[in-house]
Amino acid sequence: MAGTAVSGRLAWRVARLAEIRQETPTARTLVFDIPGWPGHLAGQHVDVRLTAADGYTAQRSYSLAAPANGDRIELTVQRVADGEVSEHLTGPYAIGDPVEIRGPIGGWFVWRPADTAPVLLVAGGAGIVPLMAMIRARREAGSKALFRLVYSLRTPEELYYAAELRRPYAGLDITYVYTRELPEGQSGIPRRIDVPTLNTAAWPADFGATTYICGPTGFVETAADIMLALGHSPQSIRTERFGPSRD
Amino acid sequence: MGVVTPGFTGRARGANPRLPPGQYLAEDFPVLSAGPTPRVSAERWEFAVVTERGERRSWSWPELMALPSEKITVDIHCVTQWSKLDTHWRGVPVDALVGDLETAADYVMAHSYGGYTTNLPLADLLNGKAWIAYEYGGKPLTPEHGGPARLLVPHLYLWKSAKWVRELRLATKDDPGFWEAAGYHDYGDPWREQRYQGD
Repeated sequence: MAGTAVSGRLAWRVARLAEIRQETPTARTLVFDIPGWPGHLAGQHVDVRLTAADGYTAQRSYSLAAPANGDRIELTVQRVADGEVSEHLTGPYAIGDPVEIRGPIGGWFVWRPADTAPVLLVAGGAGIVPLMAMIRARREAGSKALFRLVYSLRTPEELYYAAELRRPYAGLDITYVYTRELPEGQSGIPRRIDVPTLNTAAWPADFGATTYICGPTGFVETAADIMLALGHSPQSIRTERFGPSRD
Repeated sequence: MGVVTPGFTGRARGANPRLPPGQYLAEDFPVLSAGPTPRVSAERWEFAVVTERGERRSWSWPELMALPSEKITVDIHCVTQWSKLDTHWRGVPVDALVGDLETAADYVMAHSYGGYTTNLPLADLLNGKAWIAYEYGGKPLTPEHGGPARLLVPHLYLWKSAKWVRELRLATKDDPGFWEAAGYHDYGDPWREQRYQGD
């Protein structure tokens, strides 16, 4: 359970919005210019702080969606109903506007390009964000590590990074699980992530693979329990949860 | 004052004096942990305190249940910025478990089922400041929230309140636990915003 040590105080840096990519009707990728960014690992997150004219501040944590590109970083923000910060970032927030960001944070839910073990990524909805950073880091590094992605989403309209994921890429296999509505022309019925899906998509338990699961709490609980039931060791499964709990 | 983001006004006004800086109120109860939720049945559950010289005292589930418990109503604060006010718990004060052990230790490493660890000063667990909690909101603590029992140290960020707690190991030296080794603050006082190393 070794982590990435962070030395010294994590500084707040001023970041400016450089580019917006609309991912879905309610989620957008924000590309920031952030001078002096120290770089990060795929899977890490940052704290974002907004300050109002009267000094009031609000801060939230967001996963990094891509490896650093010099002084550029990307976050993907999903609008949360009544979300004080997300409503601003997915709404009025405009090119050139500043925010403060500090990070990178987290040394456990990360993938390093030097890792050669097979990887299973299991995403529930917006949980795709840190996992996409891993997919992109793998591609950028020219890694030959075998990746599989299981991406659970309610409807085809909610697919993030659609163009990029639809482009076939050697060494990355993708399984989509639609819980409410299937893509046009696809037969079958919507369903939730289940034992057959992960039994087919996951690496055999003795392959020494690492599994990363990210999504809402109930989703992560279900997927992690299935992986344990399929014989994967608790140490090989890393999780990141967000959103409300089931109870 | 920080850099102003044009157009941002914020909504969580009427600052609540019970909210530490940087925190917002959560209505639900988010879950954060590093791996799968360990499922620990009360039958095979055991909790122990081990001194720096290896002296060990342990309790089975029925033995813990037989100890005097306290009802606790406290505010809790997660490093990921949410806080909940007036949460209701029941548990055994750590004083009752550590109390009569002979120790010169100043520190504790809490160990959990599932391998998680977190470090604390011993003084932060004594004198009515911490509990081994087994009920939340009048119901048995669910596995997602650390059931059957977790450490509850409400005056520190919640990662110090180790879920599925299995053992408190007393020590004369302060070693970092799981998140502390990954860059989080060694102590974690929400009122001083001790989120990460160096804060």
